[in-house]
Amino acid sequence: MSFFLDQCYEQMNQGEVVVAYKGTIGADIIANTLSLVELKLEKAEIQNAIKKKLYNVLVESLQNLYHHVDTPLSENEDKDDCKSNFGIFILSKLNDGYRISTGNFIHHNKIPIIKEKIDKINSLSSEELKDFYKFVLNNQKFSEKGGGGLGLIDMARKTGNKLEYRFFEYNKDFDFFNLIVFINTPEII
Amino acid sequence: MELISIEGTPKTPTITMNAETGVVEIKGRSIPENSIEFYKPIVDWLEEYSNSPAPKTIVNVQLEYFNTSSSKCILDVFKKLEVLKKNNNDVVINWYYEEDDEDMLEAGEDYESIIKVPFKMIQIVD
Repeated sequence: MSFFLDQCYEQMNQGEVVVAYKGTIGADIIANTLSLVELKLEKAEIQNAIKKKLYNVLVESLQNLYHHVDTPLSENEDKDDCKSNFGIFILSKLNDGYRISTGNFIHHNKIPIIKEKIDKINSLSSEELKDFYKFVLNNQKFSEKGGGGLGLIDMARKTGNKLEYRFFEYNKDFDFFNLIVFINTPEII
Repeated sequence: MELISIEGTPKTPTITMNAETGVVEIKGRSIPENSIEFYKPIVDWLEEYSNSPAPKTIVNVQLEYFNTSSSKCILDVFKKLEVLKKNNNDVVINWYYEEDDEDMLEAGEDYESIIKVPFKMIQIVD
């Protein structure tokens, strides 16, 4: 992997890693990652409802990667970075919950759209998020990549937390987009 | 009409659709990357079924997980049921959720508020 991606990975990483993956994001990898996480969660001492929530958010994060990865097209850059559908995925455990960090290349001109969307989601109350979710569910068609436009809204709604994001500049055309989602784990009473 | 019976996989639910009894069941997980492809035969079946439906149509939805991509397809399934109901047919959707799974209950309530078909929220108690 290139120095650039190593640096991205380092910055994305935090807490105690449960599962981490760097490479091509395909349907098989998603399936394998999910069953691995499910196995690990079985042993974790957290409420069933929280496990389900975590699993749900994981599915959305991974499929978001699957649907939205762009591949940088550049002859001079490191070849590893130009492998198609490259993504990074890190699930880690913090003191009071879990953290899901995903990263993928995006075209520079997509930054404003992504920013606008996440900022809007972060500005909404839980009641407004519910209405927004229902509106998109009922009115928006599937994109050509198969995304329903609901993933980010769903993550914010299910976790009750704000979505965090960063962009690492790769070259003049491409950036590495890092999305971070937190899932709180209340103590079992 | 053809009886539909699709076995579940780690990413797709078990589906049974019986035109004679009017019972439709969707059970398990629905987290495929391409949910349109998976749900197409189900939506098509309902389209044909609505030409000569059973006296009462009962739809049991018992999902453990579903992704947002499936949520749109499930809405398409429910929209077919809404047409059925509009044409004066007896239709009910039984939405099952596990005792502590508030997210799943809320998801059912979202559909209930969009689709004009009677919903029954049923808690699964272990």
